[in-house]
Amino acid sequence: MSRFITFAVFGLSYGCVYSLAATGLVLTFRTSGVFNMAFGAQAYGSAAVYYAAVKESHWNRWAGLLLAVVVVGPLLGFALDRVLFRHIRTAPQVVKLITALGLLVGIPSVAQFFFGTDNKPNPPDAFWSSHTFYRFLGSRIDGNQLSIIVTAVAVVVALGLFLRFTSIGLQMRAVVESPRMVQLAGINADRVGTTAWVLSGLIAGLAGVLLAPTHTALVDRDFTLLLVAAMAAAAFGRLISLPLTLLGGLAVGVGQEVLAGYLPLNSVWAKGLRPSFPFLVLVGLLLFLPGLRQRRDTTDPLAACDPPTPALAASHGDPRLRRINRVTALVGIPAIVFLPMLAYHHTWLNVMTLGVVFSTIMLSITALTGLSGQISLCQFSLAGVGAFTAGQLATRYDLSVLWGILIGAAVAAAVGALISLPALRLGGVYLALATLAFALMADNFLFPLHWVGGGQSGVQIPKPVGFSGEWAFFFLSVVVLAICGGIVVLVRKGTTGQYLAALRGSETAAATIGISPARAKFTVFAVSAGIAGAGGALYGSSVTSVNSDQFNFFLSLAFMVLVLTTGVRTVEGAVNAGIAFAVIPFLLDKYASNFNVLVFALFAYGSLTYAKHPEGIVEFQKRRSLAAITRWLDRKQVAPT
Amino acid sequence: MALLEATGISKRFGGIEALSELSLFVDAGDAVGLVGPNGAGKTTLFNCLLGLLRPDTGRVIFDGRDLGGMPIHRRARFGIGRTFQRMELFTEMTGREHLLVAERARRRDGALWKDLLNRGGPSADEIGRVDATLDLLGITDVADLPVEALSMGHGRLVELGRALMTEPKLLLLDEPSSGLDRTESLALSGVLARVQDERTTAILLVEHDLDMVLRSVSRLYVLDFGVLIADGPTAQVMADAGVRRAYLGQAV
Ligand SMILES: Nc1ncnc2c1ncn2[C@@H]1O[C@H](COP(=O)(O)OP(=O)(O)OP(=O)(O)O)[C@@H](O)[C@H]1O
Ligand SMILES: [Mg+2]
Repeated sequence: MSRFITFAVFGLSYGCVYSLAATGLVLTFRTSGVFNMAFGAQAYGSAAVYYAAVKESHWNRWAGLLLAVVVVGPLLGFALDRVLFRHIRTAPQVVKLITALGLLVGIPSVAQFFFGTDNKPNPPDAFWSSHTFYRFLGSRIDGNQLSIIVTAVAVVVALGLFLRFTSIGLQMRAVVESPRMVQLAGINADRVGTTAWVLSGLIAGLAGVLLAPTHTALVDRDFTLLLVAAMAAAAFGRLISLPLTLLGGLAVGVGQEVLAGYLPLNSVWAKGLRPSFPFLVLVGLLLFLPGLRQRRDTTDPLAACDPPTPALAASHGDPRLRRINRVTALVGIPAIVFLPMLAYHHTWLNVMTLGVVFSTIMLSITALTGLSGQISLCQFSLAGVGAFTAGQLATRYDLSVLWGILIGAAVAAAVGALISLPALRLGGVYLALATLAFALMADNFLFPLHWVGGGQSGVQIPKPVGFSGEWAFFFLSVVVLAICGGIVVLVRKGTTGQYLAALRGSETAAATIGISPARAKFTVFAVSAGIAGAGGALYGSSVTSVNSDQFNFFLSLAFMVLVLTTGVRTVEGAVNAGIAFAVIPFLLDKYASNFNVLVFALFAYGSLTYAKHPEGIVEFQKRRSLAAITRWLDRKQVAPT
Repeated sequence: MALLEATGISKRFGGIEALSELSLFVDAGDAVGLVGPNGAGKTTLFNCLLGLLRPDTGRVIFDGRDLGGMPIHRRARFGIGRTFQRMELFTEMTGREHLLVAERARRRDGALWKDLLNRGGPSADEIGRVDATLDLLGITDVADLPVEALSMGHGRLVELGRALMTEPKLLLLDEPSSGLDRTESLALSGVLARVQDERTTAILLVEHDLDMVLRSVSRLYVLDFGVLIADGPTAQVMADAGVRRAYLGQAV
């Protein structure tokens, strides 16, 4: 029993941070409808500032806290609201999600640009020193844990008073129901939103500096775990109820530590399950908690005010343009692919091969998000499933990677179909959460298993016989890409694509003509996962050996963001994204290596354009230039007469 | 046995009792009107019949089956079609595509492997049926425009066509003539009459335009604040003093 209490008290401090973070999430979700995926990144930003001030510049701790928590935290929140989120309050959920994701990817990258990528050991304590100990509920806790518990209680009390007794607090509670309605009623939703973001920024700052010293070094990934735990807590409160959210946070923290305490030390279970615990809770909640269905869109009486998304550039078809387009594609693409070879020889061919392989994986996003509008944050993990399947088959059964690609695709499709089950019930932001949870679990638990990821040494994936030469493999990759692209185009043209187009237009109306939304989404998720699996196997073969680190969940996020910004509705968008993902780091590495950490910031910046150009920035530019060419052609025709 | 039989349907939204203990029936091939002032609960009733909302109490029997808890698309497959008061068109699709996808949904032969073999396109038979319906509705010449470009009247006809393609036994029409001018709404009445004759489709019509109601239905329900205040043959209901007071605001 006393052991239990010890673990529980230990977990209590984690639980308090989770509760704090979850409160921040709910606050902004309720007032601006944005599920702030960037919360963990904000926390990391403040923690990094605090670290730099206190550890590296030897500031006084209080001055550091003032800067990191009171200045940088809220300022970041303020800036995010002013620059981004207030402009997309009535935008579709996808837009909000992608914008937040872009920040999740970009903020740590910017922070590392300023504060360096080096290892940051022993993050400084916030209030009380973690080397002094106190008695709490009959157990020993260190000063930092005490800081966490005291801060959390103080914040919760202050926030409760604020929401109950100040007029802006009351307004915040009203905005939740329908931002459009409230605005009609004369409440300034902008002001309310800003307040929420500033508050949430402050809370993120606090959570950041408090959580940092519980780890041995300051690493941005730990803050993603914070985000997931907070998501689980927020889901427990159904993204609405603050008290339930607090309770959820505590439960996750305590549950995690108690479980970890009883599992044998250093076993795979203890190592993997402990960080996976919040994800398991989240997935469990998503699957089984009743009442999580989002009805917001159907019940908000003013939801129909949103403008429709513009059509694809291709559908503005002018036969002259189509001809020009074809010629440019025939001349331009080979030029881009092959001309730089004069300068870089083999390296360039390898970069291009990688680009083609990435394009295949990114096509899976075109299939899923482009056709059905669903957001999955685990596409690269599904690619990992394909790669490890191909690798295990090759090493154990000596099976050619050509088979590996097929079987890997099938296994990934099956796994994807399984993951999509919560999507059938939920959808929208919850699907994003569930897939993120899977990605993180794959990262922490599934892929490190020996029979999956081959442990430390990874899995070997030889090049298929006959394709071991660089050129041969390049063409193999192009063929696989072409096949997958063909599949996407055929599905889009076919019944499934038509059903999905109808569902995108109006899910309700599609159902009233007998289309099963669940079945169509399930199908497209499986197809998409299959493409990701094939791409993953190909990727594995191109780098000849893969281990669990390579299928980092973070890349799934980056891919999603990248494809959405280049254009999610066309095969071309995926190819642009894939090539960019291979070429840009290569060029940066060659010519501007100190900007290399900014790669992700660069991609993240793209996601911020998404709010303005949901069709994708490349798509947007294309349409603009097509319009210009049309005008020019028209003028030329008019001129002679 | 009636085609549609709803008994004791109640639905609350917070403090508002949108429907209370409402019962109605529609016979096969019948045309029934449902009228009432704004906020009476007509749309809410449609939503409950079709499964968009789950009623708090009551049962819906359609064609001998209890629909309780059944998802929307399965109800649709049993033969309930509907149009929406606030139009629900598929953005980025043309009118013809609306009808084609509905036709495909009715046939339910859209297996994935057919798509992958490039056999997912519309068959000659499907195209023929869609053309016939477009013709019936008189929207052939605008059928290839994206629906965003259509007038309200044409949009409503596309919605009607989409519902008709599923060959419903019962058609729930929520204010089909709102936004139409007089000629358009006369034409719509004509179409409804033909649909009813040729396809023996039963119609439950919600409509504020009383002329249209009188033209199209033989029996009428009057709803006020979630309660049925009158029902019976159209002429008889229209003569009812209570109805005139509640609905038409006329002094008696
Ligand atoms: N999703 C909802 N949430 C809360 N209240 C609702 C909702 N839908 C409808 N109501 C309320 O229920 C009542 C009935 O609304 P309903 O839309 O069914 O009326 P109606 O008869 O269709 O009116 P109209 O003729 O204006 O279309 C109204 O008071 C409305 O405000
Ligand atoms: Mg209505």
